[in-house]
Amino acid sequence: MRVLTTLAALLLATTASAETCATGKTLKEGVLTVATGNPAYFPWVIDDAPESGQGFEAAVAYALAAEMGFGADQVEWTRTSFDQAIQPGAKEFDINLQQYSITPEREEMVDFSDPYYTSAMAVLTTKSVVEAGASADVASLKSLVWGADANTTAVPMLTDLIAPEKAPLLYDDNADVTAAMQAGQIDAALFDLPTALYLSAVVLNDGALLGQFPADRSENPDQFGMLMEKGSALKECVNAALASLKDSGKLAEIEAEWMQATTGVPLIK
Amino acid sequence: MGDLVLENVQKAFGDNPVIRGIDLNVARGEMICLIGASGSGKSTLLRCMNLLEPIDDGRILLDGEDISEPGRDPQPVRQRIGMVFQSYNLFPHMTALENAMLAPRRNLGKSKTELREPLAQMFERFGLGDRMNHYPDQLSGGQQQRVAIIRALAMQPEIMLFDEITSALDPELVGEVLDVLRDLRAQGMTMVLATHEMGFARELADKVCFLDQGRILEEGPPEQIFDTPKEERTRAFLSRVL
Amino acid sequence: MPTQTRRQMFEARQRRRANTIAAASTLAVFVAVIVLIPLTPGWENVQRSFFNGAVFAKTFPGLLNAFVMDVAIFLWCAPLIALLGLAVAIARDLRSPALYPLRLLAIAYTDIFRGLPVILVIYLIGFGIPGLGLPRPWNSPYIWGSLALILVYASYVAEVIRSGIESIHDSQRNAALSLGLSGSDTMRFVILPQAIRRVVPANMNLFVALQKDVALLSFIGPVEIFRQAGVYKSLMANFTPYVGAALIFLALTIPATRYADYLMNKQASARS
Ligand SMILES: Nc1ncnc2c1ncn2[C@@H]1O[C@H](COP(=O)(O)OP(=O)(O)OP(=O)(O)O)[C@@H](O)[C@H]1O
Ligand SMILES: [Mg+2]
Repeated sequence: MRVLTTLAALLLATTASAETCATGKTLKEGVLTVATGNPAYFPWVIDDAPESGQGFEAAVAYALAAEMGFGADQVEWTRTSFDQAIQPGAKEFDINLQQYSITPEREEMVDFSDPYYTSAMAVLTTKSVVEAGASADVASLKSLVWGADANTTAVPMLTDLIAPEKAPLLYDDNADVTAAMQAGQIDAALFDLPTALYLSAVVLNDGALLGQFPADRSENPDQFGMLMEKGSALKECVNAALASLKDSGKLAEIEAEWMQATTGVPLIK
Repeated sequence: MGDLVLENVQKAFGDNPVIRGIDLNVARGEMICLIGASGSGKSTLLRCMNLLEPIDDGRILLDGEDISEPGRDPQPVRQRIGMVFQSYNLFPHMTALENAMLAPRRNLGKSKTELREPLAQMFERFGLGDRMNHYPDQLSGGQQQRVAIIRALAMQPEIMLFDEITSALDPELVGEVLDVLRDLRAQGMTMVLATHEMGFARELADKVCFLDQGRILEEGPPEQIFDTPKEERTRAFLSRVL
Repeated sequence: MPTQTRRQMFEARQRRRANTIAAASTLAVFVAVIVLIPLTPGWENVQRSFFNGAVFAKTFPGLLNAFVMDVAIFLWCAPLIALLGLAVAIARDLRSPALYPLRLLAIAYTDIFRGLPVILVIYLIGFGIPGLGLPRPWNSPYIWGSLALILVYASYVAEVIRSGIESIHDSQRNAALSLGLSGSDTMRFVILPQAIRRVVPANMNLFVALQKDVALLSFIGPVEIFRQAGVYKSLMANFTPYVGAALIFLALTIPATRYADYLMNKQASARS
């Protein structure tokens, strides 16, 4: 009998001590539901397996969860498309990490955390285009036929940064962009740098990176935020946890681990 | 010898023998009437003569030439033998005049202007002078059938085949179509008619053939067939229709 | 005022009653939709996401602009579809044994292309053929995407025309042949003009569907209205641009469908 009461008291004590900012604000009590893409790509998630914690966004998610008081076993993963992420009504996730760029227009409809990554935009192309004389300056880039993923902020940036002579062709996902490039229908495509690196190295047959736009080149650098339901109560907790990850140097550490290859790409003049 | 000669013509649809050995001579300027019960093979025989149906056995000779030879191009023969159907079969998307012009334009290479005058005369002659530019659905059955006859005549055929061309008409319209046939008869046109108009056959035919189950059971001048039929079946048929 | 017969008065009364009932029930449905839907708890969110006035105003001109591309693609595809469809329909009707291979090809073609989803054909041809290494401009997604649409839609048009050809009674063919017309003249001057007229409404419906499926070309790159709406949606995290695109489509397709129905009814009543 006494054992039982102590056990109950102990249990109460643990739950009481686990009282955190996020308590009562998540989809499921005691669980942080994190959304990623379907599929999720390198280097954001390695092998499409976010549970492993391998890959930049997977690692950030686990670090953030820990900071918010969730154990690794209290993180649950789900998958959404972009459209599911922004549809009205209750969301199926607490936070959604899919390289979503923060824009004022999007913020009217959904909430974003503070940025967890600032990406340069990079020009993905093929070796044959480079051999044909394309170079890393805006004048040369204007004359190329451009492609981009229609769901990304690369689209307005194309117009703002490069203003190509021919109307760009837009696609649903990375796979279609690379298919068009392989078919010779487009010369170049604009991606965030890590994605461009991955596509160039792994997916394209003779991929090449022509250069990157430094983050301060564009008016609003491409900053990735975690997407949440509009008016999410969790937002302050996420931001607080993110801030302490930044302060402690943990975020920089994760970035160094998964994004080190992003250095060494020439800047576009 | 006649100009269109059928020798032992046979035709079956599947294992249903419809024409079972018919011999017939159609001499130039002659008018022959085919009579017989429904299903006796009158239409099929006419269609064979026009090569719309290939025959199984026997021969059809036009001016001594075997036109029924398998593999022979039927088109030139059909240009020489015109045919008019029970259901008119005008082309509904063309005016009466265009219906009549199509075949001579395509087959004889004549121009519309060339054809207009003689055709207009023909329409006039058959009482359709003011109907030339009407579409078939704007014409009565009798008028449509007369246009169909003009259409066939426009090819200037040597022989005309008529398949019960008054059967689909209201009784009061039959007369105007028969008048056209009388007119053609007077011109000396060679004609073969399948008909139920016994009075008409008696009046004009040179020869009447009674078809029974795919055979010509009895043939002869109209008076003989109608007044003194030899065969019991002919008598039975005539007593039913007269 | 001319006096009405008893029957006319009765019918007028009936008409008035029917109109009143129709008006009342329509009104009731409208009121229910307009009043009740906004009362649902999620309405505000849905309205912000799908019926957002500010987003609509901002994106509508751009959508209209992109729609020009849809119209252009439609305009160059439609005549080619009609021609190919006609050719295939005729090829399917060939009787001459020497041309049997052509007939077989036409049958295989219609079977295959009617059996495939349009989007799959667009991907296969739009990415696949240029991937073989064609030089520019011959690898353009506009060319091959359009070809995909043409191939798919011509197979449907061919079937519709063929059904039209078969619906023409054999007596028409017989009448033409008995005049000594050749087989091809019979087809050209007698059968086809009637057949094509008969299937105009069915083909109109196909072309309305084509107008919508032009949007599928966006999957291989061209930025037409559907893609432009998607870009706006992505930038603003808002679905209103799709509603704008839908309105633009409807402005064209509803009149076209109504006209096709009108033709169909006219034809049905003409034939009865
Ligand atoms: N295309 C066909 N296929 C099969 N059977 C046919 C065909 N045409 C006719 N027949 C058959 O051949 C027989 C003779 O038909 P046909 O039309 O020649 O008769 P008919 O003497 O003209 O009759 P009616 O006075 O009714 O017009 C009938 O039994 C008919 O069913
Ligand atoms: Mg008959």
